[in-house]
Amino acid sequence: MITLGLALLLVTAGCTGGVSSRPADVVVELDHYTSAEAGRQFRSVLDRCAERFGLRVRRQNVPVDQLMPKVLRDATAHSLPDLLFVDNPDLKTVAKTGALTELSQYGLSGEGFYPGIVEAGSYRGKLYGLAPGVNGLALFYNRTMFERAGLEPPETWQEMRSAARELTEGSTHGIAFSAIASEEGSWQFEPFLWSNGGSLDSLDSRRPVEALEFWSGLVEDGLASRSVVNWNQNDVIDRFASGNAAMMINGSWALSSLDESGVDYGIVTLPTPSQDIAPKVPLGGEVGAIPETTPERQRDAARVLDCMLERDNMLDWTSDHAYVPARTKVAEQYAAERPVMKPFVEEVATGRARTAELGPRYREVSQGLADAIQATIAGSTSPRKALERAARIAANAD
Amino acid sequence: MTTNTRTTSGTSGPRATRRKPGGNREGLVKWTFVLPMMLFLLLFFCYPVLRNLAMSFQQWTVASFYEGGSPFVGLDNYIALVTDPIFGGAVLNTALFTAGSLSFQFVIGLGLAVFFQRRFPLSGTLRGLMLLPWLLPLVVSGAVFRWIYDEGFGVLNQLLLGLHLISDPIPWLSSTQYALTSAIIANIWVGVPFNLVILHSGLQAVPASLYEAAALDGAGPWQRFRMITLPLLRPVIAIVLMLGLIYTLKVFDMIMILTGGGPANASETLTTWSFALSFEEFDFGQGAAVGNLLIVVALVFALLYLRSIRNTFSSGGERG
Repeated sequence: MITLGLALLLVTAGCTGGVSSRPADVVVELDHYTSAEAGRQFRSVLDRCAERFGLRVRRQNVPVDQLMPKVLRDATAHSLPDLLFVDNPDLKTVAKTGALTELSQYGLSGEGFYPGIVEAGSYRGKLYGLAPGVNGLALFYNRTMFERAGLEPPETWQEMRSAARELTEGSTHGIAFSAIASEEGSWQFEPFLWSNGGSLDSLDSRRPVEALEFWSGLVEDGLASRSVVNWNQNDVIDRFASGNAAMMINGSWALSSLDESGVDYGIVTLPTPSQDIAPKVPLGGEVGAIPETTPERQRDAARVLDCMLERDNMLDWTSDHAYVPARTKVAEQYAAERPVMKPFVEEVATGRARTAELGPRYREVSQGLADAIQATIAGSTSPRKALERAARIAANAD
Repeated sequence: MTTNTRTTSGTSGPRATRRKPGGNREGLVKWTFVLPMMLFLLLFFCYPVLRNLAMSFQQWTVASFYEGGSPFVGLDNYIALVTDPIFGGAVLNTALFTAGSLSFQFVIGLGLAVFFQRRFPLSGTLRGLMLLPWLLPLVVSGAVFRWIYDEGFGVLNQLLLGLHLISDPIPWLSSTQYALTSAIIANIWVGVPFNLVILHSGLQAVPASLYEAAALDGAGPWQRFRMITLPLLRPVIAIVLMLGLIYTLKVFDMIMILTGGGPANASETLTTWSFALSFEEFDFGQGAAVGNLLIVVALVFALLYLRSIRNTFSSGGERG
């Protein structure tokens, strides 16, 4: 309530400093890269692109969970930034408010980009957001432990489970993942749901139930810690880096902290139910969008965005940030130069947008799914029952 | 403030009577004292509360923010809340959390207050140290409790295992069975100093002569506590409990940091649910409605509190 009151006050206060108070050569940009490293890298690409057109960038950034509340607040006050980078499953939600402009009017198109990320950036058939880079999940394994046990990195669910069983010993768990009660928890489970042929549209059918049985079984059998329900993906990195987990499910952003920790690791694509099924991972990463401001500001923002999507800038930013370039051609070259990123590049090709099935409804359904995962792992609800409840939420979502 | 006004009007009294047309002047002066406070209350208190009330009767979607359309839907938000499967659990959790925290905070706080009533070497220093939990930012103590509670290497499980009190580590934060209890324990730790300080200062006001007289009459420690300390401390106890209740009802940060209301809504209280509805699901109408329910409950207890201090003051006045 207090936060709500505060938010409303900020809204009223925000009215005084609107679009008009910005100098003409300044592009206001908003993103959620709050870590010093990521912020600096992003800033340098932004600055380089702005300089080319004699512009300056005023960068704002907020923690990821506060980005959407801020965007909605700014939308109320009509003081949205000129250039906005949001997590791709949120793009449709922002587009639904009517605050974004179509990218085709600036000559930007999704040609040559991975279809999954174009889908994530589109709402009702129109393109509103494009990303310089995308990311996905893969399986990280501790090479030292695998070699000592004489194991090969797993390709199927069965192999993953038996490897985890073999490597669980004392305080070391076979595998670590995040099952936290938010988007992160659903996003980690979705590759397993989709690879098993399930869909977010019909969560109570056989395929999703099987996937959740597999997922919660890992905890039930003691192969993963019960604490997974409280871990976000950074906590998972910590467990893996400190040798408390032999495998983990995580994304390419983990690379820099793993290299720092000195753990000897390998990466493979996520295991699937059987070898002939390619993993279907949800696409991660942020898309750039241009809110409705003034024609001049929109034009300037589009120039900066267009420049960031150029081949060289895309390569620069994605190699710094360990993302996969969003253009297929660039990604191929990138994978050849950086073998460690190969599994991620492979997966992005078959990756799909989280919002592909549900559009803006995704947010609510994802919350319901995360709750279902928690109810099965931490509570005593059966996977079927938990998913039936999630499916009911999905049916009522608007 | 009242004394101030009185002295001001007292000194300017003769002049004020001379200037009859400016008879309102005194009233005006009075108003200037009240006005800043009223403005503050209107702007920072009434407006958000009224706005919150209005929001709870409107349907808010993300589109409402940009285009401004949020149609009036009557009691729909409240009906949706009450029929939500989470609602019952959240109300029960809020009640358990408040009752559990409050009773233990009070009993421990009172025990410590009585203990510190005696003077012994370092008693002042120790009492000062007891304040620490209260001085620490909740984010810090919350983060520390997360470590303490960790199932694998948390110090609490290690301790209990080492003492052979348990044979398997307890999933303090990751099981629906324990999450709420863990949050309550952490909150008790935070709340004890508040109870200690207020009750201790209340004890200072109890005349030592009463205890001496009782001791001469042959009253034991328990009788002295029951027949002297408790009755004389009653007004202070009422205040401590009432304030504690209002504080505890709206505890948000501790639960948010420890469990985020999870796992599977096991520690979801009305505050965390309101936050989730508004800022995670962007259903600001329902979020506001939960907030209003909390305001009503807190208001009832706040009125009780106001009545109790009025009684205290009037009885104190009679005594003086």
